[in-house]
Amino acid sequence: MPASTPPAGIAAPTPWPAEVYSYVPYWVFQREDVLQAEQQRVFEGPVWNYLALEAEIPQAGDFKTTFVGRMPVVVTRDADGEIYAFENRCAHRGALIALDDFGNASEHTCVYHAWRYDNQGNLRSVAFENGVQGKGGMPKTFCRERHGPRKLRVTTFCGLVFGSLHDDVPPIEEYLGDEVCERVERVLGKPVEVIGRFTQTLPNNWKLYAENVRDTYHASLLHTFFTTFGITRLTQEGGVRVSENGGNHASASYSRVVAGEETAYTQQAIRSENAELRITDLSMLNNVDEFGDGIVLQMLSVFPGFVLQQIHNAIAVRQILPTGVDSTDLHWTYLGFADDTPELRRMRLKQSNLVGPAGFVSMEDGAVGGFVQRGIAVAEHEGSVIELGGHDTQSQDYRATESSIRGFWRAYRTNMSL
Amino acid sequence: MNDRLIQLNAEYAAAIDDDRLEDWPAFFTADCLYRVTTRDNHRRGMPAGLIYADSRDMLADRVLSLRKANIYESQGYRHLVGVPRILEQDDNGLQAATSFMVLRVDRQGRTDVFASGLYLDDVQPDGAAMLLRRRDVVCDSSRIDTLLAIPL
Repeated sequence: MPASTPPAGIAAPTPWPAEVYSYVPYWVFQREDVLQAEQQRVFEGPVWNYLALEAEIPQAGDFKTTFVGRMPVVVTRDADGEIYAFENRCAHRGALIALDDFGNASEHTCVYHAWRYDNQGNLRSVAFENGVQGKGGMPKTFCRERHGPRKLRVTTFCGLVFGSLHDDVPPIEEYLGDEVCERVERVLGKPVEVIGRFTQTLPNNWKLYAENVRDTYHASLLHTFFTTFGITRLTQEGGVRVSENGGNHASASYSRVVAGEETAYTQQAIRSENAELRITDLSMLNNVDEFGDGIVLQMLSVFPGFVLQQIHNAIAVRQILPTGVDSTDLHWTYLGFADDTPELRRMRLKQSNLVGPAGFVSMEDGAVGGFVQRGIAVAEHEGSVIELGGHDTQSQDYRATESSIRGFWRAYRTNMSL
Repeated sequence: MNDRLIQLNAEYAAAIDDDRLEDWPAFFTADCLYRVTTRDNHRRGMPAGLIYADSRDMLADRVLSLRKANIYESQGYRHLVGVPRILEQDDNGLQAATSFMVLRVDRQGRTDVFASGLYLDDVQPDGAAMLLRRRDVVCDSSRIDTLLAIPL
């Protein structure tokens, strides 16, 4: 098989045969040059990066600061009601323009030398542009219109705001693919409210977490909360949908319960000698089939770094951002809906125990990427085996497959030309 | 009552730091609320927590799960708990805000400041001791390193 030519600047220690997605060399998790290339080819490539929720910036002037890969970005709603995004970097000497996580402003002024920008990222004024008392100032040739931070294309889908630095990115619906669109619409079909935000620092390369969220294989093996306590989830079927480009996926587990009914969780001691292994207060496992289709668990990812989670009634979006070769920020935003009853809202708060950095069924994900990062310390000539369910990246009607992980690598290799 | 709260905090910290997690739920009332959140969420009135337990049984369940189900590398805490600032007090109990800092020692022996923040407490007398009706653990930082397994 022909090995693909690595992008200029990446000195691959071992070849990676072209069009192979069931083998991933470990050096892609270890190299500074790969991280640099990812910024240009993945995050600033023909992709849609998740930036914000529309609900986070509802009013004119509302803004949020976030990142595209490692590029700092301002996302803001202008007086015309439209959402704009631009690099959070002053055109003068490169300082951050906005310094708060969230805020409201009719314009943004760099603190360093007071260069002033409108909410669309246009440079509006330069302090002392004409000098003081006729002395100094910018040269006559200086043209404000030719200076400004890089602007992003912005699109929205179901209240999610995405941005792109690339000219050739397809429309968001086409980018997501029909099946993933349907699965986003299924969850985010009505106005949301943010009920909490947390950031988790992961001691590993961002791609190890991107694999983890697409990994339907590990769920019952690493996360033993349900099996240890003999909690039967009444789950009867599931499947994985992978988008045409490979990068986006949605996996689902269906419950046997009648749509619209509250799910009863049962618990039986696995063996009689394990009778002490019982959860006493099962109230956090109560849940309502709020979408009326019996799906109790849906994980959804959008290449490169977006995750939408529905675990019972615990709904959250996660944003995966690299901060270094072996460090990643995972931003969790927990959601409810504007029309939640007090009972349903309380149910979501209790179910938040299942997810997040302290979650009964997710805390392990915070550490397992670090176990890989440390495990492969001197294994740059080796690679991982991702062959469960075959070698391709098709949708599957079962979850004992690594198809969606291979899909990620297909999208990754396409973008990286690697 | 102030002295009894200081004593409660000392015993609470010792139970966690000495890995006697099974003793930890007993510092709470049966219908307690224990929540771990961040200053940013607290300021914005956002109710979700990293941990959200509205009964003592849920605390005991969490300890059982940490012992039997959840997988994480061995680690230990050292709590440094400040002097309680009494906000309100009557015969039925008191509200207090108390600074804490938690150092985490990992399996490699590295010691890091894992969390700092405030305990916002609603405490009731219980004979000669006191019980927590509610403890909101408000972490100063919104960032959790790797995972939050052992309670704060």
